[in-house]
Amino acid sequence: MKNIRNFCIIAHIDHGKSTLADRLLEDTKTIGSRDMQAQVLDDMDLEREKGITIKSHAIQINYPYKGEEYILNLIDTPGHVDFSYEVSRALAACEGALLLVDASQGIQAQTISNLYLAIDNNLTIIPVINKIDMDGAMIPEVTDQIVDLIGCKPEEILHASGKSGIGIFEILAAIIARIPAPKGDPQAPLQALIFDSVFNSFRGIIIYYRIMNGTITKGQKVKFIATGQEYDATEIGVLKLGMEAKNHVGCGDVGYIITGIKNAKEVKVGDTLTQSGSMVERINGFEEVKPMVFAGIFPVETDAFEELRDCMEKLQLNDASLTFELETSQALGFGFRCGFLGLLHMEIIQERLEREFNQTVITTVPNVSFIAYTTRKEKIIVNNPAEMPDGTKLDRIEEPYIKAQIITQSDYIGNIMTLCLGKRGNLLNQSYITPTRVELTFEMPLTEIVFDFYDKLKSQTRGYASFDYHPIGYRDADIVRMDIMLNGEKVDALGSLIHRSRAQDFGRKLCEKLKELLTRQQFQISIQAAIGAKVIARENISAMRKDVTAKCYGGDISRKRKLLEKQKEGKKRMRQIGNVEIPQEAFLAVLKLD
Amino acid sequence: MAGIYIHIPFCKQACHYCNFHFSTTQHLLPRMIAAIAKETELRKTYLTETVDTIYFGGGTPSILNSSDIGLLLSKCKQVFNVNPNAEITLEANPDDITEEKLIEWKQIGINRFSLGIQSFVDTELQWMNRSHNAQQAKDCIELIKKYFDNFSIDLIFGSQLLTNGQWQENINIALSFNPPHLSCYALTVEHKTTLGKKVEKNIVTDIDTEKQAQQFEILMQQLKDANYNHYEISNYAKAGFESKHNSSYWQGKHYLGLGPSAHSFNGLSRSWNISNNALYVAAIESNQSVLETETLTPTQQINEYIMISLRTSSGIDLNVVEERWSKEVCDKIVSLSASWITTNHLVLHNKKLQLTQLGKLFADGIASDLFL
Ligand SMILES: Nc1nc2c(ncn2[C@@H]2O[C@H](COP(=O)(O)OP(=O)(O)OP(=O)(O)O)[C@@H](O)[C@H]2O)c(=O)[nH]1
Ligand code: SF4
Ligand SMILES: [Mg+2]
Repeated sequence: MKNIRNFCIIAHIDHGKSTLADRLLEDTKTIGSRDMQAQVLDDMDLEREKGITIKSHAIQINYPYKGEEYILNLIDTPGHVDFSYEVSRALAACEGALLLVDASQGIQAQTISNLYLAIDNNLTIIPVINKIDMDGAMIPEVTDQIVDLIGCKPEEILHASGKSGIGIFEILAAIIARIPAPKGDPQAPLQALIFDSVFNSFRGIIIYYRIMNGTITKGQKVKFIATGQEYDATEIGVLKLGMEAKNHVGCGDVGYIITGIKNAKEVKVGDTLTQSGSMVERINGFEEVKPMVFAGIFPVETDAFEELRDCMEKLQLNDASLTFELETSQALGFGFRCGFLGLLHMEIIQERLEREFNQTVITTVPNVSFIAYTTRKEKIIVNNPAEMPDGTKLDRIEEPYIKAQIITQSDYIGNIMTLCLGKRGNLLNQSYITPTRVELTFEMPLTEIVFDFYDKLKSQTRGYASFDYHPIGYRDADIVRMDIMLNGEKVDALGSLIHRSRAQDFGRKLCEKLKELLTRQQFQISIQAAIGAKVIARENISAMRKDVTAKCYGGDISRKRKLLEKQKEGKKRMRQIGNVEIPQEAFLAVLKLD
Repeated sequence: MAGIYIHIPFCKQACHYCNFHFSTTQHLLPRMIAAIAKETELRKTYLTETVDTIYFGGGTPSILNSSDIGLLLSKCKQVFNVNPNAEITLEANPDDITEEKLIEWKQIGINRFSLGIQSFVDTELQWMNRSHNAQQAKDCIELIKKYFDNFSIDLIFGSQLLTNGQWQENINIALSFNPPHLSCYALTVEHKTTLGKKVEKNIVTDIDTEKQAQQFEILMQQLKDANYNHYEISNYAKAGFESKHNSSYWQGKHYLGLGPSAHSFNGLSRSWNISNNALYVAAIESNQSVLETETLTPTQQINEYIMISLRTSSGIDLNVVEERWSKEVCDKIVSLSASWITTNHLVLHNKKLQLTQLGKLFADGIASDLFL
């Protein structure tokens, strides 16, 4: 056990974690040149397409050092805020963390937030200035920033380039020298923290754990403390590029187990795995996720609801930050109200449902979670516009607030102030990290930042700003429910909760957008936005008069059939309200407004 | 019963709306003729049936001299079993037609003409970049009538320029020649055409679909009054003058397509030649295949049947559906058609589902609704 080191790589987004992991894996010959590719641990298609890490990914390195064999369990983590829950779970399985800072960018918002997460977990931090090969590398400045932030000595900071392979062996040496070996009693009953899992249609559920005490042996009986259920450890092993089966996985190590469980409900990430009959305690798992935004997810085909539920449960195994509960909509039938950590998270969930589970779904207008107090002093959590009590019964509404940290260059302070004040923000603090870099702290309503804030921030600062936020509780707010009506019929799935001062403008833009997205039909369609009985915006779509192509000869036939087949598919995805057909995209129209 | 389509991929100039395959340079013409003749032989096993129709389309087949056409025709007759009474159509543009040529074409066996008239409004013809004017159009119809009793006039409606009044007038002029057949197409703005680019860049406004609908209604009414049978969405004929060749597309008959971009169908699969003159010629000269093929699944076959037959006046024949596929397929189509019947877009008549006058304006949407 003294030769095991468990560490993760943490950093702000794009600071080069996955690339550095490549070099660590390559230089220790964990991955041969045949299997090597850039960001090899980003093995989901979505990760490769988007060029970002979405899932934490564990992999074991065997590394001989000074005459001894070491086992280094590496966990690469994502940098984007929406996936911070992945980081926090990875940290729980480790004793140390490599904190990377891009030499040309310096400390950014998630550098700080991920650092604090690691400190909270009592992890040993190894600071690394990465990407030193870059022309814009500012090693002295970044060194000062790191020293200021974590209070280390300049000499303790390593220099590396994942791209050019600089500093890799120094990092390996520091991991062994500085990060403590795991503690724990190999003789004690098994106690292992489940930090991730994934559904595999052939093998059932694969569970990833870190052993805190005891060992695990192939074939033994294991018990999940949360459910009390026992299973056979049909296969156990460690994680290389793929799974590598073993007869034992020892104390302090990271591994996987397959028990043949197929039912997603029987496994919970954060649970503790022990041996049959043991009475050991549950390890303090993870903090419950606090979803930031809520939206409905509905099956495109109404009868696919049960199948969708099954898939959501399976997906949840591999994304513990996803929460959902039943929702019904007049327009969309049965579905789920889901909680996400942000809009990117929401997009990823939708994509993963499509790609990994073949579920095409309709996602509805997202909103944050409000609290409504009725005149009878009831407190109602409102995650869904439909849950908002009627105006007559309503006493007041509270909305969630966040504290936002924005790190930027001083040139952009003006732009950021304008942006944040326009989003109902309040400047709390402004402090200079260096003479040209400043950290601004605002308090703002969460609802103002979940939608397009990040894009606006990027464009206002030409990318030179990073941003992080934390919930700080609820405040009174003048929130109204805005309904959308098509030919006079309310479409519940298009309702939204919005600050009164924004309603008019938002309603107008939404009506315009819907006009674009709704296909013409054989009658006129009126689109109205209303608060209560008061219509605040309207648009009309004139009737379609003609839907026929001129020519249909030899060469036109296949082309035309394909086109019409596609249209048929599109129509299947449409939902009917009264006599109006609504395409799927319309339910997401809100996100496309500027 | 089978047909042969021969694609002549050359035009004098590019009409601004046209997305057919053609080239405006003719240096490959002699090799092209030889290549098509050779392809005729290479593909002799494709059709086993008697050939009842041959159709020279394009491009502009009328820019060929009669000896080239004669060569291709005799090649077909040599390789295939061509019915001596076969319908042999030549697409022709007014500016190519002379009395001398007509006589020659008649001699080599052409017995039907499809005339690219498009409009009798000079400003519109220029705007479309057609290579003829209204007077040439009228003269050529007169001339055709002297030698042929089976011909068709092509007209385009719904362009950005054409007013409803002008369209009525165009129809009237066409009818004054008492043509046995008319093909009338709503102008479509296609990608990658001059018109398409102009519309995308907002130099030209997009099609006014309301106007197109009105002009389609005007057309249907005028031709009905003049006793034409509206036997397919874009085609109108005096009794007995329906295009046999085009009808074979709509009746699921087999056909062989020769020349670049030409499509073939043998009942189970559709194939098409490469749409590139140089590559086509080079490939054929070295005995290589230029075909791409797509085999149709049963569902695709049914969908094609629905799409095509719905456009014809006889409509979807449920007996045929039941015979070729199954009772279930037939029931499915009937149940999918219900809402269109209530809204008076479709009628079910003697086990045939037919478009009403109103339904004809929505043939595509209805067809895709009925798809399996
Ligand atoms: N010049 C240079 N570029 C690098 C280096 N390391 C990574 N990059 C580039 O930086 C970008 C991000 O690299 P990743 O390794 O995906 O960064 P990451 O931190 O894993 O990103 P997330 O997981 O999405 O937070 C890629 O375009 C890399 O090619 C480096 O050492 N030098
Ligand atoms: S419309 Fe006919 S003549 Fe004009 S470019 Fe197209 S194929 Fe050639
Ligand atoms: Mg990464």
